[in-house]
Amino acid sequence: MAEQVLAADGTPLKASLNRALRRQKMRALLLIAPLLLFIMLTFIIPIGQMLFRSVENQIVGDTIPRTVEALDSWDHDADAVPPAPVFDALAQDLMVAVELKEHTRLGSRLNYEMSGISSLFRKSGRKVDDIGEVYTDQFVALDPAWEEPATWVGLLADPKWIAAREAWDGTGDEPAFIMSRAAKTVLPQTASIYADFARVIQTEDNDSPAEEEPWHVVYLALYNDLTANPSLEVTGPLSGLVSSAATAVPSFETEDVVATFEGFDDDWKNPEVWETIYTYSPAYTNGYFLNSVDLQKTNEGVAWQPENEQIYLTLFWRTMLMSMTITISCILLGYPVAWMLANLPARKANMLMILVLLPFWTSLLVRTSAWKVLLQNQGVINDLLVWIGFVADDNRLALINNATGTIIAMTHILLPFMILPLYSVMQTIPVTYLRAAKSLGATNWTAFWRVYFPQSVPGIGAGSILVFILSIGYYITPEIVGGTKGVFISNRIAYHISSSLNWGLAAALGAILLAIVLALYWAYDRIVGIDNVKLGG
Amino acid sequence: MSLPIYATTGQKIWYYSFRVIVGLILFFLIAPIIIIIPLSFNAENFFTFTPKMLALDPEGYSLKHYRDFFTNPDWIRPLKNSLIIAPFATIISVSLGTLAAIGLSQSHVPFRRGIMAILISPMIVPLIISATGMFFFYSQMGLWMEQTFGISKSLSGYIKVILAHAALGIPFVIITVTATLVGFDQSLTRAAANMGATPTVTFFRVQMPLILPGVISGGLFAFITSFDEVVVVLFVGAAAQKTLPWQMFTGLREQISPTILAVATVLVGISILLLATVELLRRRSERLRGMSPS
Repeated sequence: MAEQVLAADGTPLKASLNRALRRQKMRALLLIAPLLLFIMLTFIIPIGQMLFRSVENQIVGDTIPRTVEALDSWDHDADAVPPAPVFDALAQDLMVAVELKEHTRLGSRLNYEMSGISSLFRKSGRKVDDIGEVYTDQFVALDPAWEEPATWVGLLADPKWIAAREAWDGTGDEPAFIMSRAAKTVLPQTASIYADFARVIQTEDNDSPAEEEPWHVVYLALYNDLTANPSLEVTGPLSGLVSSAATAVPSFETEDVVATFEGFDDDWKNPEVWETIYTYSPAYTNGYFLNSVDLQKTNEGVAWQPENEQIYLTLFWRTMLMSMTITISCILLGYPVAWMLANLPARKANMLMILVLLPFWTSLLVRTSAWKVLLQNQGVINDLLVWIGFVADDNRLALINNATGTIIAMTHILLPFMILPLYSVMQTIPVTYLRAAKSLGATNWTAFWRVYFPQSVPGIGAGSILVFILSIGYYITPEIVGGTKGVFISNRIAYHISSSLNWGLAAALGAILLAIVLALYWAYDRIVGIDNVKLGG
Repeated sequence: MSLPIYATTGQKIWYYSFRVIVGLILFFLIAPIIIIIPLSFNAENFFTFTPKMLALDPEGYSLKHYRDFFTNPDWIRPLKNSLIIAPFATIISVSLGTLAAIGLSQSHVPFRRGIMAILISPMIVPLIISATGMFFFYSQMGLWMEQTFGISKSLSGYIKVILAHAALGIPFVIITVTATLVGFDQSLTRAAANMGATPTVTFFRVQMPLILPGVISGGLFAFITSFDEVVVVLFVGAAAQKTLPWQMFTGLREQISPTILAVATVLVGISILLLATVELLRRRSERLRGMSPS
């Protein structure tokens, strides 16, 4: 056995070295940690959160939970429109949502999927507080005690809450309402809507459920509970009141809630509205992603959007096509310049390099404004063309607010990103290869095409991916010089964020764009290596 | 690639036409930037050369657009905002970025590739996506800051934009500083340590002076990134944080005023200064590290 080598302090050398290595790793990580944390917090998490929005759809389930639950029992084939209990549930949900001012938000969410729903919700929201009034009147006629808030509290509140409320000294907020467990089992629907009522009264109106008469829909719920289970029994002092009500309800005049809703708006009879609500009731949806590729969810599965609403595939395709055109123009314009720079003596090359680097360093907005000014109908370029007689004065070229404008301006803006990587690759190609090819009898063209060009391909690859990545995510330049025909997918994302407020769709479009860019970036890393990115020569 | 004396006529034609082509391409690159300079002195509110200008009549030229830029509050405020936001963002990116670059250039860094990818990501992710993500997150963060620390809406607005811009500037600092550190001789720090210098002294007296050119050019990149940035500030900032590029963007999109050309000219001047500084620093850094400047 070989003798163990010891370090100066007597520990085995191997262990000592390992420790040193570990310490070194720790030190390196400690130096990186602050920045990593910073980037995570200010950049990665925001993007992750945004991407999450593309599948998030809690709003439907959160705003109209009872309706979503009741819709499960809806037999799509047998009934065009859901059965009455769904409408009862909707009346209760809508009442709560109106009080919390959430129904318009839900309306605009569902409006992305089917136009018209927004106004449907707004309209119904204004009248929903009348639903159930028939039952309120009859319960009160039966026994005026039903009008008393105290009756409801006695029936439904947990004794703990009543005690807490009595102990409360009146300063600050009233203790939050607690529903009694017995009421939840005996009067499930009533308990559920009353709990919401108490919450709304306490948080929104800063009032007490012990002093407010409940909404009409609470009476509707009580009626439903009593008819569903006529033999129910409530313990305590109010049992008589409830049992007499239970015997009276079968003779109550009823309200057809379905008809009431249809009275609000005919659209409640429209099966499509219900299909939309049903389709978008789960908490997570792929609907935004489907929409961003011109598909939509229907009850028969995934289908194409109507012809006139199919815009995103075209837009993605156009973004790709224009980015490719820009990349190719950059190759065509960049290659000769890079060749020239690589083959001139250093002093001259440095002078020319300034002409490439100055645009690179110039503000993007300066370059965009320059093109906006130059390409105008009455701008310098058109003036020049008219002056040399290339075009007639009354027939000036439309160079701006279309795809041409975007391509010209973006080629100019991205050209340095092509020239710089090409130049750095070409610099490494020895000139002697070309001379050798020529001395072996190759023509100039053959020498270039068979010897020089293949060696410059890595440069073309690196430059192309770089230009392509930058160009498909461009926003500013297309927005200013692109008009309507020359805009990219980014402009649509910005539109959905700031104008249409369809954030989920914006997030889905962004996620797709990001996936494309990351795939290209991965390829770039493979070909060039991210460490080899050079800035400014 | 000078032309040999025995070149044929065809070769001569190709040689010169190639130079003309390259010249035209370089003209395409530089002309739009140069041409706005004389246009910015236009005495009229036109975006093209007036007959008076073409005749080099002094009356055709004036400084009125520059006067507008430096007196109009619509431009002064954005200029001030840009000059507040960019330096702070630069300080954050440079200080955190330099430390991390030094960490990354050590010989044994676990997950080096992954860490690098995360740190470079603000440069890779399209700006519109960064802006969208930041829009949601930072508005919540702003509210949180206002409620927890009781700071004003305007201050929290500045903090949001500064943090966002700092994140965008970091990749540039990382790239330039790591590139400088590649040429840094690690035995110098060992030598310093050998002679009894503490790590702090070594860092400030030995390592820092040598990598300073890289740090400064990284800083300039970060500065120009923030100074030139419009998409993120558009989404994250409020009207109180309107920066110069934002004002230009609104001007270009809505009602274009010739003052924009004066602003653009000033910015071109700033770019020339920055470019010259970076170039000088690069040469100095190469000389310091014993390479021959090219």
